[in-house]
Amino acid sequence: MARIIVVTSGKGGVGKTTTSAAIAMGLAKRGHKTAVIDFDVGLRNLDLIMGCERRVVYDFVNVINGEANLNQALIRDKNCNQLYILPASQTRDKDALNLEGVGRVLEELSRDFKYIVCDSPAGIEKGANLAMYYADDAFVVTNPEVSSVRDSDRMLGILASKSRRAELNMEPIKEYLLLTRYDPDRVESGEMLSLDDVQEILSLHLLGVIPESKAVLNASNSGIPVILDEKSDAGQAYADVVARYLGEKRPLRFIDSKKGFLRKLFGGK
Amino acid sequence: MNQSSILDFRSGTFFAPIMVLYSNDLEQIEQRLQEKIASAPDFFRNSPVLFDLSELNENNKKIDVAALVSLLRQSGLFPVGIRGGDPAQEKQALELSVPIDSGRSRNDAILPEVKKKDDAVPQVQAVIREAVRAPAMMVTQPVRSGQRIYAASDLVILAQVSAGAEIMAEGNIHVYNTLRGRALAGVQGDTAARFFCLDLQAELVSIAGIYKTSEDLKDAPKKKPVQIYLRDQALIIEELN
Ligand SMILES: Nc1ncnc2c1ncn2[C@@H]1O[C@H](COP(=O)(O)OP(=O)(O)OP(=O)(O)O)[C@@H](O)[C@H]1O
Ligand SMILES: [Mg+2]
Repeated sequence: MARIIVVTSGKGGVGKTTTSAAIAMGLAKRGHKTAVIDFDVGLRNLDLIMGCERRVVYDFVNVINGEANLNQALIRDKNCNQLYILPASQTRDKDALNLEGVGRVLEELSRDFKYIVCDSPAGIEKGANLAMYYADDAFVVTNPEVSSVRDSDRMLGILASKSRRAELNMEPIKEYLLLTRYDPDRVESGEMLSLDDVQEILSLHLLGVIPESKAVLNASNSGIPVILDEKSDAGQAYADVVARYLGEKRPLRFIDSKKGFLRKLFGGK
Repeated sequence: MNQSSILDFRSGTFFAPIMVLYSNDLEQIEQRLQEKIASAPDFFRNSPVLFDLSELNENNKKIDVAALVSLLRQSGLFPVGIRGGDPAQEKQALELSVPIDSGRSRNDAILPEVKKKDDAVPQVQAVIREAVRAPAMMVTQPVRSGQRIYAASDLVILAQVSAGAEIMAEGNIHVYNTLRGRALAGVQGDTAARFFCLDLQAELVSIAGIYKTSEDLKDAPKKKPVQIYLRDQALIIEELN
């Protein structure tokens, strides 16, 4: 049986797709057979970040409609043979997905994958609900700003009440916080919420803090998940996230401001 | 079509005043009943009522259930249950489609004598609701933005209540964590309802419809346990220590 992970946020543009690509790659690199699914029908982003956009023949909607089988639609990743991508369609509208069809595809994937990562679209409507409905674990991607935190809180309410686990009265979805685009200098100067501020509002199990990093844009431009850029801060932070998810202990990194550190070192305030 | 969209059963509570009889004299009962109804006509009009015969039976005073039921119906009440009847009375009730209630008796509160017509309704309601209120509802998970909780009883929340969430209870509300959302206690008019929380950062608090918004709560103690109650139509916020 696979473990189904939804990467979700409520608010758009916070780093869900970046995170989905990174953690799917991270899990696969550690030898777990992993599939990553793009639920953002109509926008299609994941295949670009995974660098497989030119190999898309069939997509998620084709599989749901029975126009292709899973094996035809799954794309094996070029960097890791344990990783498969199920792309979204650019030409369909959001309503092409339905709960029953999604359930069927996830069930079939569950038979020979260890992890299934669902990259959710933004919002709290149908698309996001479909992406989270069958989840076992939720990675709630949040930026350190008030509107993103509020939307994450909203999403957590939906996870707790509208998911399959909630409806069947099963053990609830495990919820994890991933604080991304964290800029310690801007936190220090009060422009952004701190990790503590966010945790005071959400109080979730923290999987990691991903710093704001140029490496993310470079990675997406070259179609390689940032976790493979092992020298980069963001790549290392995502590697820590995967390790923590798998139960390893890793100290938090990239959360202290360099300016603040120097100031402390020289005794200024 | 989804099967579950036809009907489903939910657990719930249902409020009804309980009429405990001490006399089996139907004439006396009728007279007393008319007085009661006159004191709070809005409350009693078409009201369901459960009648309790345990006092009578303990004192060996027999009453004809059919006559009682028809008396209640003539008075504009809907008998919905019998309590404390003997087997013959219970059988009689069932034949008249009045179900048997085997719930607790005795320790229900007594209806107050209502004198002034104006405040009659809320007072009577308050006491009756107290009498039959369901056991407290317990919530152990955080209540997140966009979620709403309604308790036809006291409400006990062990986790935080986020901004943008709404919690409501007919009785008291206890939040053993931070309250950032909206909280309404005594929503059916129970002015004796109270409200307790460990850290008051609410968007709104209300007891029996009398409320304060976060604007009015600016000066209330923060990060400290507080209780809130009504006194002379005003919300009093008090630090607990
Ligand atoms: N840690 C980071 N540092 C710098 N830029 C980042 C970081 N994470 C994400 N970004 C940038 O933010 C933008 C949005 O990222 P991404 O597409 O992953 O977000 P999303 O939540 O999937 O968006 P949508 O809601 O539109 O699906 C991209 O331009 C991405 O490069
Ligand atoms: Mg995306």
